[in-house]
Amino acid sequence: MERYISAPITKEDASSLRAGDYVYITGTIYTARDAAHKRMEETLEKNESIPIDIKNQVIYYMGPSPARDGRPIGSAGPTTASRMDKYTPKLLDLGLSAMIGKGKRSEEVLNAIVRNKSVYMAAVGGAGALLSKCILSSEVVAYEDLGTEAIRKLEVKDFPVIVVADCEGNYLYESAIKEYKKI
Amino acid sequence: MRTINVDKITKNIKEMCIEANHYLSKDMKCAMDQAISSEESPLGKQILNQLKENLRIAEEDMIPICQDTGMAVVFLDIGQDVHFEGGDLEDSIHEGVRQGYQEGFLRKSVVGDPIIRENTKDNTPAVIHYRIVPGDGVRITVAPKGFGSENMSRVFMLKPAEGIEGVKDAILTAVKDAGPNACPPMVVGVGIGGTFEKCALMAKEALTREIGVHSPIAWVHDLEEEMLRKINLLGIGPGGLGGTETALAVNVNTYPTHIAGLPVAINICCHVNRHVVREV
Repeated sequence: MERYISAPITKEDASSLRAGDYVYITGTIYTARDAAHKRMEETLEKNESIPIDIKNQVIYYMGPSPARDGRPIGSAGPTTASRMDKYTPKLLDLGLSAMIGKGKRSEEVLNAIVRNKSVYMAAVGGAGALLSKCILSSEVVAYEDLGTEAIRKLEVKDFPVIVVADCEGNYLYESAIKEYKKI
Repeated sequence: MRTINVDKITKNIKEMCIEANHYLSKDMKCAMDQAISSEESPLGKQILNQLKENLRIAEEDMIPICQDTGMAVVFLDIGQDVHFEGGDLEDSIHEGVRQGYQEGFLRKSVVGDPIIRENTKDNTPAVIHYRIVPGDGVRITVAPKGFGSENMSRVFMLKPAEGIEGVKDAILTAVKDAGPNACPPMVVGVGIGGTFEKCALMAKEALTREIGVHSPIAWVHDLEEEMLRKINLLGIGPGGLGGTETALAVNVNTYPTHIAGLPVAINICCHVNRHVVREV
C-alpha cells in the first residue's frame, strides 16, 4: 500500500504501517550512525540526557557526503542498520518511533519494534544522489566534531522508504524473497 | 628508462577519485540496463529504475552516486623501466586521494586507527597495491570501496577434498549472508588458490574486471556463469526485497596453491562497483 505520512511519526501512525508498504515521509527527521549512537549510549549510561528528544522521532542511519555550495546536502543514502542493533532497543524503549536504514536487524531489535509499536523502514541503498533531492535542509544539531557522523536535523519532503519490519512482527526481508527463491 | 614526476601521479589519482564517484563505467551501466529488463519482481524493477535515475542525477548534478565514497583502493602497475622523481611515490598517491576527496566534495570515511577511530578528515591513507611489470608505462586503477558490501566479504580456508563443490557453497553462503546489507544487485569478486592474503587480493582485483569479460580458463569461465545463475535463484533481488536480479556478475581469478590448501575469498561489491583505469 502507498502511504504519505508526516514526521515526527506518532505511535498511532507507526503502528499502522505494514511490511511492504511504500511510504513517503514529509517533515523532520534526524540522522545518526555508528559514532553518534555510541556517544548517545555512553550518555544514557551516565544517566544524562541525549541531545535530541527521542520521543516519536525518526532516526535515519546516514552520513552524507559534503554539500556543494548552495545545496542543503551531498549524497545522502542509507547505511547498514545492523551496526546500530546494539544500541537500538534502548532508544526504542525511550520512545523512538521509526528508523530508516538498509539491511537486516537483530532479533532483539525486531522484538523491541513489536514491544514499542514502532517501525523499521528501508531506503534504497546506493541511491544517495536521488534521495538527496528529497532533503530540503540539513543542520548539525549535535556532535559536530564527528564530521559526517554528527547528528543532523533534516527537513524532508516525500522521502521514499519501504516498510521492512512492523509492530506485528512481519519482516519483509524474509517474506519477500520466498516468492523468488528457487534453490 | 623513462622518468615520471610524481606530481603526475597525484594529479591523475585526484581526478580519478572524483570521476569514479560520479560516473559509473559503461559496462556497469549496461549490466544495470540488462537487469532492469530481466527483473521479474515489480518492486525490484522499480528499485532498479531508481538506481538508474540515481546515476543520471549523479552525473548531471555532480552528486556522488553513493554517500559512501569509499576507502580509496589503488592498484599501481609500474613498468620496471620507470624512474620516479620529484618526491616520494607513496606520498604522491595519498596526496592525490587527499585532493580528490577534498576538492570533489567526497565523504571522508577513514579513521586513523581501527580502535581509537578518529577520522583523518581527508580520507587518507589509501590502500595501495603495487605490481612491477615489464615496460616503461604506469597503469593506475582507482577503485573506491564502500563498506556496506566490504563488511559482507569472506575468506574460507577450505580443505582440498572439498573441491569445486566446496568453492560453490562458499560463494553462495557469502552472498546469502550478505543479502540486503550489501546493496544488491551486487558484483561478486572471487579469488581461488594462492595463500590467505593472495586469494583476498585476487577477489578484490576480480571486481575491477570489466563486466561481461570472462576468465580465459574454461572451467573458471563455466564457474562464473554457473554461480551467477545460482545466485540469481536465491531470490534476494534488488535492495534485498525479493527478485531475480541479485548479482550482475561473478568474476573469478585463480592462482596455484599449496598441496594442503584451497583458499577461497569472496569480495562483495554493491551495484556501485567503481573503478577507473588510466595509463600514465
